[in-house]
Amino acid sequence: MDYSYTLLILLLPFLLFLFIGLIGNKMKPQLSGVLGTTGLLVITVLSYFTAFNYFTNKTGEAFKAIEAFQFLWLQFTDKLIIHLGILLDPLSVMMLVVITTVSLMVHIYSMGYMKGEVGFARSYSFLSLFTCSRLGLVLATNIFQMYIFWELVGVSSYLLIGFYYERPSAVAAAKKAFIVTRFADLGFLIGILILSFYTNTFDFNLLTSDDGPAIAQPATAVFMGLSVTTWAMLLIFMGGAGKSAMFPLHIWLPDAMEGPTPVSALIHAATMVVAGVYLVARLFPIYHFTSPDSLNVIMYVGSFTSLFAAIIACTQLDIKRVLAFSTLSQIGYMMVALGVSGYGSEGLGYMASLFHLFTHAFFKALLFLGAGSVIHAVHSNLMTEMGGLKKYMPITHITFLIACLTIAGIPPLSGFFSKDEILVAAFEHNKMVFAVQWLVAGLTAFYMFRLYFNIFWSSNREYHHTPHESPASMTIPLILLAVASIFSGFVPFHDLVTTDGLPLQTEFHAMIAVPSVAIAVVGIIFSAMLYFRKNPKPESIATSLSGIYTFVYHKFYIDEVYLFITHNIIFQFISRPVAWFDRHIVDGTMNLIGNTTVFFSGAIKRMQSGHVQWYIWYFTSGALLLVLLILYLN
Amino acid sequence: MNPLLLLLLIPLLTVIGIALAKGTKQVRLVSAIGMSAQLLFAFVLLFLFYKERNTGNTEDMLFVSSTMWYESFNIQLKFGVDGISVSMILLTAIVTFAGIFASWQVESLSKEFFISLIILATGVFGFFISLDLFTMFLFYEMAVIPMYLLIGIWGSGPKEYSAMKLTLMLMGGSALLLVGLLGIYFNSAPDGGRLTFDLTEIAKVHIPLAAQLFFFPFTFIGFGILGALFPFHTWSPDGHASAPTAVSMLHAGVLMKLGGYGCFRVAMYLLPEAAHELAWIFIILTSISVVYGAFGAIWQKDLKYINAYSSVSHCGLVLFALLMMNETATTGAILQMISHGLMTALFFALIGMIYGRTHTRMINEMGGLMKVIPFLSVVYVIAGLASLGLPGLSGFVAEMTIFVGSFQHTDTFHRVATIVACSSIVITAVYILRVVGILLLGPITNNHYLELKDAQWFEKLSTVTLVSAIAIIGLTPFWLSDLIREPLAHMIQNLTNL
Repeated sequence: MDYSYTLLILLLPFLLFLFIGLIGNKMKPQLSGVLGTTGLLVITVLSYFTAFNYFTNKTGEAFKAIEAFQFLWLQFTDKLIIHLGILLDPLSVMMLVVITTVSLMVHIYSMGYMKGEVGFARSYSFLSLFTCSRLGLVLATNIFQMYIFWELVGVSSYLLIGFYYERPSAVAAAKKAFIVTRFADLGFLIGILILSFYTNTFDFNLLTSDDGPAIAQPATAVFMGLSVTTWAMLLIFMGGAGKSAMFPLHIWLPDAMEGPTPVSALIHAATMVVAGVYLVARLFPIYHFTSPDSLNVIMYVGSFTSLFAAIIACTQLDIKRVLAFSTLSQIGYMMVALGVSGYGSEGLGYMASLFHLFTHAFFKALLFLGAGSVIHAVHSNLMTEMGGLKKYMPITHITFLIACLTIAGIPPLSGFFSKDEILVAAFEHNKMVFAVQWLVAGLTAFYMFRLYFNIFWSSNREYHHTPHESPASMTIPLILLAVASIFSGFVPFHDLVTTDGLPLQTEFHAMIAVPSVAIAVVGIIFSAMLYFRKNPKPESIATSLSGIYTFVYHKFYIDEVYLFITHNIIFQFISRPVAWFDRHIVDGTMNLIGNTTVFFSGAIKRMQSGHVQWYIWYFTSGALLLVLLILYLN
Repeated sequence: MNPLLLLLLIPLLTVIGIALAKGTKQVRLVSAIGMSAQLLFAFVLLFLFYKERNTGNTEDMLFVSSTMWYESFNIQLKFGVDGISVSMILLTAIVTFAGIFASWQVESLSKEFFISLIILATGVFGFFISLDLFTMFLFYEMAVIPMYLLIGIWGSGPKEYSAMKLTLMLMGGSALLLVGLLGIYFNSAPDGGRLTFDLTEIAKVHIPLAAQLFFFPFTFIGFGILGALFPFHTWSPDGHASAPTAVSMLHAGVLMKLGGYGCFRVAMYLLPEAAHELAWIFIILTSISVVYGAFGAIWQKDLKYINAYSSVSHCGLVLFALLMMNETATTGAILQMISHGLMTALFFALIGMIYGRTHTRMINEMGGLMKVIPFLSVVYVIAGLASLGLPGLSGFVAEMTIFVGSFQHTDTFHRVATIVACSSIVITAVYILRVVGILLLGPITNNHYLELKDAQWFEKLSTVTLVSAIAIIGLTPFWLSDLIREPLAHMIQNLTNL
C-alpha cells in the first residue's frame, strides 16, 4: 500500500495558511472561509481514506508502523538528524481521524459564528496553521519533528487566543498561554537533549523498539538518585504537562477562553491539550520499560489534576471556564490511565486512555460549540445571565444534553465506555487512585448538569433580544458531533489501538460499571435539586461555606502565586537588578575608566603649555633628578 | 581576475558614483543600484562556489589569489573563501541592501551618509574575504571608523557620547587584537624561516604553547568585544540607541559578526591548544551573557535598548557555541550569526520605521499599533517570533543546532552550561511577547496614531527582503547548514587533534 499521498495532509493546510494569510484580506471574507473549509474537507476525506486503508490492510498479527514519507531537513551529526516525515501507526492514524473531524466541524461552525467579524480571513489562516502544526505533531517520525510542530502548535494557539487583539485581556491570556507552555517546553527540550545524548537517535521507531538504544541499553548514569532516563522522561513529561495543562502548569488554560469560541473548542477538545497525552502514549514503551517511576508521577499528577479541576469547575460561573476545567479533569483521567497501564496484554490503561481521548474529542467539541451557540444567542458568557433557553434553542438544547449525558458517563453513550475502561485499569493498579477517579466521575456529572440546568432550565428570564436558534452552519456540526458522541463508544478500540499493535482482550466489569453509573446519577440528581428551578439553595450553600467557596472560586489562588513569582521575583528581583547592575556597575566601570583618563589628561595637559621656559625647566630638573638618583643608587 | 575582487570593486564604484551624483534622489539611486549589484553578485558567488565544488575542487579555500603588498613584513593581499565566508558575504550583502532602502529618507548630507555607509560595508566584505591577518585587521578598522562619523553626525539622543563610547571601546578591542595578531605573527615560524601573516600558512605551524596561552586572551577578547562579550558589551546599548537606522542594522547585523568570525577563524583556529585550555573561562562568561542579556532586556523600555540587550544574549550564544569546539555546535554558531544578523537588522529597520512615525521609542508611550500600521506590525511580530526561536524561521534552526551540538560534549560542565543557555528560550519569549503585547496589540493609546500611514514601497522592500531570507533559512536549512559544515569538518579536526 502506498501512502505517499498523506503528504498532502500536511502540505495543504500549510499552503492554505500562506495563501489566506498573504492575500486573505484582499478577497471577499466569505471566500477565504469557503477555501479553508474545502481544504479541510479534502484533508478529512484523505484521513478517513488513510485510516480505512491502514486498519483494513493488516499484514501479519500486529499493526506495523509505516513511514509514508521521509525527508532530510537538518543534519546535526551522523546519527542525529531531523527528518520531516509521516509516520503511520494505529496511534497516529487514530489521531488523524480525530483531529480532522473536529477541525472540520470547527471550520464549518466558524463560517456562521465568525460571520461579519473583522478578522474573518485571518481566523481561517490561523486555523489552517493550527491544523497543519497539529497534524505534523501527530504524524512526526522523530521526536525533534514533534518538537518543531509542538512549538508551532504553541504559536498558533498564541495567535488564536489573542485573536481579538484589541482586548487587553485576550492579549494577556495569549501571552500567558505561550509563556507557560514555553517554560514547559524548556523541560521537553532538555529532555530531548538528554535522551538523544544517551541514545544517539531522535527516531521514534528506534526509540520505542524493544531492542532499540533506549530500551535495550538504557543509560545507567544516575543523577540525584534517579537514572538519567527517568530524568529525561520526566522532563519530557513536563513538556506534555504544559500543553495538556496538568497541575501546576494548568494556569494558562482557563484564560485561554479569551479566544473565539470555535477556537476554544479546537484547542480544548481534539487538539492542543491532548498533545501531552499523545506524547506520553507515543513514548510509552520507554516510560514503561525504563522508568516506571515517571509513570507513577504521571498517574499522581493526572489524578490530582482531575480532582482539583473538577472541584473548581463546580464553582465557576463563566460557562466556557466550567468547560475548560472539565477538560483539565478529563485529561487527568487520560493521564491516570497511562500511568496505571502495563504493556502488551496488560496495556488496558493505554488503550483506555486513547479511547477516552477519542470519545472526549467529540463530546467536548460538542459542548464547546454548544456553549458557543448559546453565547452567540445571549451575548454573555455568564450562566447567571442565562436560563430557560430550551424553548428558544431546541437543537442546541438537545445536543448539549446529549453531550452532558456522555461526559457524565451514562450508558450507552460513548463516554461511559471509555471512562469505564479507565476505572477498570485504575482499579487493578491502585485502589486509592481508583477511588479518586470514581469520586471525580460524580463531581463531573454534578457540575455538567449544573451548567446544563442553569442554561436551559432554571428561571424563564426576560432577554433584551429574544434569543433564537443559531444558523444551519452552526447547528449542523452540533448534530454531527452529537451523533459521533453517541456512537463513537462502539468503535472496537481494543482491536485497533494498543501498546503493541495486537488486539487486546477486554471484558465487562459490572462491579465497576454499576457504581460508576450510580455516582453519576447521584451527581445529576443533586444538581437537579439545586438548579432545575431557580431557588435560593445554591446561594445559601455557597454562603455557609463562604471561606472554602471563595478559595475554590479563585482557583485556589494559584494564579496569584504565579503572578507573585513572575512579577515580584523575576521582574523585580532579577531583571531589575540586572538592568541596574549593567548600567551602573558594568557600564559604570567603563565610564570610570573613561573619566579617569579624562581627569588625568586634564591634570597633566597644563604641562603642554607651549612656553619654552617651562619645557627647559622640566628638562633640566628631570635630568638633575636622574643624575641624583643614579648617584644615590651607586 | 579573481571574482572576489568584485566584492570590493562594486562598492568602490558605487562610492565614486555617489560622489559624482547630484541631489539626494540621484545619490539614493546610485546606492540602490550599487548594492543591488552587490547582492546579485553575492548570489553569483554562491553559484560559482557550488560550481567549483561540483567540479571536484576540494581545496579548503576557493578563488585564492595573493599579491605581495609589503615585502619586508611579508604582508600579502591574499583573498579566498570557503563555505563559511560565502555565507557571511551573503548575509552582509542582504543586510546592506536592506539598509540602503531603510535609510531612503535620510535627507541631510545624504551623499556623505551613503558614502560612509558603503565604506563601512566594504570593510566588512574585505574582512570576510581576507586570508592575511594584516589586511583582515585593516578591513576591520575600515569598518569601525565610519561608524563614529555615522553615529556622531546622523545619530539621535546623546549621539556624541555614544559615538565616542562605542568607538573607544571598539578601539580598545582593536588594541588588544593588534597585540594578539602581532604575537601570532612573531611566532608564526617557530622553527626559523620567514614570519608570515598568512592565515592558511600559520594554521599549519605549531605555535609554542606558552605563546598561545599568552596571546589567546588578547585575540579572543579583542574580537569578543565586537561580539558583545560580557562584560565588554556596554557599548552596544548606547551605541545602538543613538545610531541611525541603517547603521544599527549594519552594526548589529553584520559588524558584530566580525567578532564571532574572528574569534573562530583567528583566535581559536590559530591558537587551538590555548583555546582548549582557556575555553572554560569564556564559556562561563558567554553563558552569563546569554542569560544576563535576556534578563536585562526584560526591564528595558526603549525599543533599541531591548534589542541591544537581546543582541547581547544572542551573540553570547554565538561565542558560547564556538567554544564548544565541535562540528555541530560550531555550525550552529555560524547559523546563529546569520540568523541573528538578519533578524536584528529587521528589528532595527522596523524600530526606525516606527520611530519615524510615532517619534518615540518608549514602549509605554505607544500601543495598539497593529490596528494602524498592520504591515509593519505583522513584520515586527514575525521578527519577534524568529527571535524567540519559532520553527520555520531561522532562529530555531540556529539555536537547536547549538543546543544539540553543545549537549553532545562528553564533559558534564559543558552540558550543564548548555542547559543554562537553553533557559534563555523562555526569557526571550517573555521579553518579546511583552513588547509585542504593549507596542502592537491592545487598544490604540494615542489618537494621533489614527493618521499614521503604513509602510511605503522602500520600507516594504527592505523588510520583505529580510523576512524572506529568515523564512528561507528557517524552512529549508539543510543547504546552508551543509555549506557551513563542509569546511568545518577539517577545521574542527585541526582543533581537536592536538
